[in-house]
Amino acid sequence: MSSLLPPAERIWWKEPIESVELFWVAIALVWAIVMFIMMPYWHVYGKQNLSNEAYRTSTELYGKKVQAMVDQYTVRKETARDMPVVHPPAGADVYLLGRLWEWYPILELEKDKTYRLHLSSMDWQHGFSLQPENINVQVIPGYEMVIKITPNKSGEYTIVCNEYCGIGHHAMTGRIYVK
Amino acid sequence: MANTAEFRTCPDTGLLFHKPAETLMKLNAVAGIVFLLVGGVIGLLMILTRWPTVHLLQADMFYMLLTAHGVGVLIFWIIFFEIAVLYFASSTLLRSRLATPRWAWLGFALMVIGSITTMVAIFQGRSSVMMTSYVPMSAEPHFYLGLILFAVGALIGCFVFLGTLVIARAERTYGEGSIPLVTFGALTACIIAIFTIASGAIILIPTFLWKIGIINYIDPLMYRIIWWGMGHSSQQINVSAHIAVWYLIAGVVFGAKPLSEKVSRMAFLLYILFLQLASAHHLLGDPGLSSEWKIFNTSYAMYLAVLASMIHGLTVPGSIEAAQRKRGFNKGLFEWLRKAPWGNPTFSGMFLSLIIFGFLGGITGVVMGTEQLNLIMHNTLYVPGHFHATVVGGTTLAFMALTYWLVPVLFQRDVVLPGLAKWQPYLFGFGMIGFTLFMMGAGTLGVPRRHWDISFANALFQYQYPEVAYLMLGLMAISGILAIVGGGLFVLQIVASVLVGRRRGEVKSAIPIIAEPVAAGVHGIGIGGISVPGTLVLALVFLTTFILYYFVNWKYLSQVWGLA
Repeated sequence: MSSLLPPAERIWWKEPIESVELFWVAIALVWAIVMFIMMPYWHVYGKQNLSNEAYRTSTELYGKKVQAMVDQYTVRKETARDMPVVHPPAGADVYLLGRLWEWYPILELEKDKTYRLHLSSMDWQHGFSLQPENINVQVIPGYEMVIKITPNKSGEYTIVCNEYCGIGHHAMTGRIYVK
Repeated sequence: MANTAEFRTCPDTGLLFHKPAETLMKLNAVAGIVFLLVGGVIGLLMILTRWPTVHLLQADMFYMLLTAHGVGVLIFWIIFFEIAVLYFASSTLLRSRLATPRWAWLGFALMVIGSITTMVAIFQGRSSVMMTSYVPMSAEPHFYLGLILFAVGALIGCFVFLGTLVIARAERTYGEGSIPLVTFGALTACIIAIFTIASGAIILIPTFLWKIGIINYIDPLMYRIIWWGMGHSSQQINVSAHIAVWYLIAGVVFGAKPLSEKVSRMAFLLYILFLQLASAHHLLGDPGLSSEWKIFNTSYAMYLAVLASMIHGLTVPGSIEAAQRKRGFNKGLFEWLRKAPWGNPTFSGMFLSLIIFGFLGGITGVVMGTEQLNLIMHNTLYVPGHFHATVVGGTTLAFMALTYWLVPVLFQRDVVLPGLAKWQPYLFGFGMIGFTLFMMGAGTLGVPRRHWDISFANALFQYQYPEVAYLMLGLMAISGILAIVGGGLFVLQIVASVLVGRRRGEVKSAIPIIAEPVAAGVHGIGIGGISVPGTLVLALVFLTTFILYYFVNWKYLSQVWGLA
């Protein structure tokens, strides 16, 4: 009987399974298990993982942390908006905020050094998208995410916002220098 | 048994249509196609704006229409059509009266009112929040209200479907056995739909109350978790529904029977058990959710659902191969496929849908849903590239293919310009293949989704995407326009057929539009004891592609900055 009609055998669950199907189910299952194992494997042996470190925060509290870092480590100012360029020491906590419609401040990091990058939003949801590396994470107000980053190439990087955040979304960019 | 005057027997297929159900199927399908038309026209404008060379619309118009595009096709087109499929799979296939037609009418009315309300809210211009409407960004209250009304209407449709199953069972309209596989698939879609709508209610009702000032805070992360319980599960309704449609078309065109009922039904069951939590893969780049949670949900839940899709990927073409071989096309590996009716849009559309959904939509979805790989794809154009392959190349094309068959059967009209219909699935299908591939290509180069200006003309910091990204966007646009032409052709042809197509009489037409079911069993077909060797080869090609592409992406990931 075709798929439009009730099964020919009333007790269809006792029919034997076609051997091709059994074979395929078995290899598909093995493949699913391999794909599962890859994720914990990469947590142990891979170098690109998100940390599980995150905190609840508020926009006031997070804004203060960012400002404290800016006050301490600003080395110069750039752009028409006089945006501070922050050069924190290796291993430091680095705070970056997203708001309508900018990433603040400019960061200056050193190649092959590790930093604790904190990310949060001052208003709506934003998307941290580091170009041309193409590293992308979600930035959510009220949540402070910490990622240990180790830039492995020097150069000038742009942070693009890739979570829609209103009419100025496409002009929301930021800068990270890696020396 | 209901009054027999309320039934009509289709002279060609022998299907029994309950007239109130038939009317509702037609109305739901037509409402769906209206939204497909609206969404398609807006889709063209989206393409012409994201093609940097043209960059047609202004930013505010672009974001408003992108919201309308997502809501209009991803929710309204698909769900209206799915309600029609649910009524067909219950009332028609089970030869039963539809349960409570008045409630079904109420459901339809709510869906129409709700969809129009939300569309009006969007076109008023102050609800350009994208389909996801992530808080704390907010839309006008009637944006949410319309969606809620639509969901209530769809929920009523689901319960009418379930009620019809109960009636058919009680009145023994389809004999003593189990429901047909196609109806089983539709039941899967219905169960997932109920879960989906419940998730939607849990998040959209509070968001509506928040917007009108009754609730003062919606946690944005909680919003994302529950919203995706709706947002992704709704795509699983599509998967279940269009796979049911694949089986339906295999049955209609080839008289195919499943290789074994047990395997196909188990695969549908896996969807119910494991798809819902799979929505975690939207949250892989979010703070505050642990890696254990992400891995557990994206693998335990998703891979067993992926397993189910891989099973259907074998059993659907396998059932076609077996039927063809039994009809005498038993030579070599692929005679069954070469001698398939490639000029019949119902078949060609279905088969292209299967290929696009599997190779382009399926593989990329799994890759993107891998915890770490998500880092190099999250919110780039890769994401819409993936889901256009699943929802447009997969679901929409399958529904188009079915519609070509439904015009004579349900609307009792001949399709006008049948010569054009032969080409439509290829135009649309190959257009979508190019569109999704180039879109994903641009995404891997970091081009963001939902973005009006990747030249960053008014931004404080400039960034120049590589030239090849611009090339990809141009090719994406050209392929997309081909697909739009194919989609436009479909809408024109269906509307013209329904309005002015030649009426079919009550006599059977010369050309059969449903195949006789083939005999049961797979004895005496195939090569060397393998009953469906051609399908097995195709499946192994698929698996090889999958494995290679999966590990290529790990290679890409290993080259970016160290993250821990």
